[in-house]
Amino acid sequence: MTWLRSPIGIAVALIVAVIVMMSTVAIVPETKQAVILRLEQPKRVVNAWRSGETFGRTNAGPIFRIPFIDRIVWVDKRVLSVDLPNEPVLSTDQLRLQIDAYARFRVTDPLKMVVSIGTEERARDQLQPLFRSALRNELGKRPSAVLLSPERGQVMDNIQGALQQLAAQYGVSIVDVRIKQTELPSGSPLDSAFERMKTARYQEAKTIEAQGMKDAQIIRANADAQAAQIYAQAFNKDPEFYDFWRAMRSYRTTFLNTDPAKGDTSIILSPNNSYLKEFMGQR
Amino acid sequence: MANLMSWLGKAGILQNEAPKSPWGSGGGSGNGGGSGDGKGGSGGGPRNPWSFPPEGRRPRSGGGDGGGGGLFEELFRRARGGGFPGAPGGARLWALVIVGLLLIWVIFTSFHTIGPRERGVVTTLGRYTGTLDSGVKFTLPAPIQMVDVVDVGSVRTEKFPESGANLMLTGDQNIVDLAYSVNWYITDAADYSFQIKDPKETVKDTAESAMRAVIATTTLTEAIGEGQGRISSDVQAAMQKILDEYHAGIRVQSVALTKAAAPEQVDDAFKAVQAAQQGAQGARNNANGYAQQVIAVAQGEAAEFDKIYEQYKTAPQVTRRRLYYETMEQVLARTNKTIVEAPGVTPYLPLPGIRPDAGKAQQGDQK
Repeated sequence: MTWLRSPIGIAVALIVAVIVMMSTVAIVPETKQAVILRLEQPKRVVNAWRSGETFGRTNAGPIFRIPFIDRIVWVDKRVLSVDLPNEPVLSTDQLRLQIDAYARFRVTDPLKMVVSIGTEERARDQLQPLFRSALRNELGKRPSAVLLSPERGQVMDNIQGALQQLAAQYGVSIVDVRIKQTELPSGSPLDSAFERMKTARYQEAKTIEAQGMKDAQIIRANADAQAAQIYAQAFNKDPEFYDFWRAMRSYRTTFLNTDPAKGDTSIILSPNNSYLKEFMGQR
Repeated sequence: MANLMSWLGKAGILQNEAPKSPWGSGGGSGNGGGSGDGKGGSGGGPRNPWSFPPEGRRPRSGGGDGGGGGLFEELFRRARGGGFPGAPGGARLWALVIVGLLLIWVIFTSFHTIGPRERGVVTTLGRYTGTLDSGVKFTLPAPIQMVDVVDVGSVRTEKFPESGANLMLTGDQNIVDLAYSVNWYITDAADYSFQIKDPKETVKDTAESAMRAVIATTTLTEAIGEGQGRISSDVQAAMQKILDEYHAGIRVQSVALTKAAAPEQVDDAFKAVQAAQQGAQGARNNANGYAQQVIAVAQGEAAEFDKIYEQYKTAPQVTRRRLYYETMEQVLARTNKTIVEAPGVTPYLPLPGIRPDAGKAQQGDQK
């Protein structure tokens, strides 16, 4: 047994031990679920996801397996996502929208998933077309306005439900379906939307302008009315005197015009004029 | 640590021994430490690997640590058929190097410095066994206990959009150009590590979808105007709800709209509205000015009339005549006058001195 004391022997023994350890013991982390296949026959699942479990009480930890006979397939335990970027959708009112959506899912039945499709990568690839068709089906039978209304939550739930039905066969449960972006496709739809916005603005501008004019006119009219009232109140005390007084003022304004452009005034008086009454010495 | 020091000490001794040639070096010289410690190999006199040491053959002599040198020497000699010059004690050196490395490994993976804003998520053989607070913490070495340090204190910021314009459809089918940022931090290091595959990406997706949901129920005027505070708080609440559903261990601290404006393409039209608003206000101001003027004039005139009328009432005849004469005086003093006496005389009027208005004046006066 001298070889036991040899460093090479010890090293070899250690390496062998590590290899044996590694092939018989596997560590299941919190983030993974392990499906154990014995001779490619699904045998059991370790650390499968359970609703509401707390970390530390999961089944994560070391597991034993028979080397070369047991094979472990790792499945992610966390919430994963499928993206659906730039999906064109035609609504019932023939409005073409470009939609960015995503679904969050979790593999809740890893055994089923491994048997039906293998890995979660492939599950994702499989889910994407299902997601696309669920999205199109749901949005295609609704007017576009729904996406811009509070009912969109209902639409999301319907998509999630439809996708869940399709995804159940893969042992996947859909946590959430959401729309990131709803856009008008660039080009004519976007341009016409801009055009509509512009015309709406110009209409608003004109309305505001007209409203301003209207207000101005009303203000003027009110002022005129108020002025007329003031005049009437004052002058109505003696209309006859007003007539005389106003005439005097009027004569002054008219005949005492100093503006040279308006020309001179020549007055031809008849001797019967009341101003010349005394001039004629008639009395 | 003391253990380590003693190991290192021994390693030093071994190094002293190492340069020995199998063909012999100066016996005993420069080898005091070695001979003091180990019984192996320092018997004095030239050493010949082909001959037995002076003490005779010592198959297991010494045993333990100290005698290892002789044993290894022998083993090497046997293993290499004796013809190859190998360094005696080299293997022991290697063993110690390996042990040292292991020790360093253990030390490095057992002590963890967790910063004041960090938490360490500990997993023991894969299973979550606790969270380390800040400070220097001790765990079992690496393959057994692993520590994942998560920065929970610092607030991260996600900006949308990363560049360019971010056009969104509003509830009234208009398009608004929005830019916003989301501040978030980690509340639960374990949830953050284990629940979601790509937490950062999830926060971004969540922010986008929450913003979309809120904007879809908002009108354009609200979005670019007074509704911004409501949008921020609604988005924050919606995001938090979604992330809580995922058990993401993330708290959304705030959502800030950095820009909410009409898209560039329709900017002119929006400016036209502003111009119209200014114009309308201008028209109103002018009208108000006019109103003030008209009313003031009316009040002035009415006051003038009232004053005169007061005087007139006390002496109507005199006042009336006085006003008449004064006016006539002023008027006629400044004008050309012609008095025609005899009836039937047609005055020759020097043209173009007579104008229609002069004629009218004449008629008026003749009345």
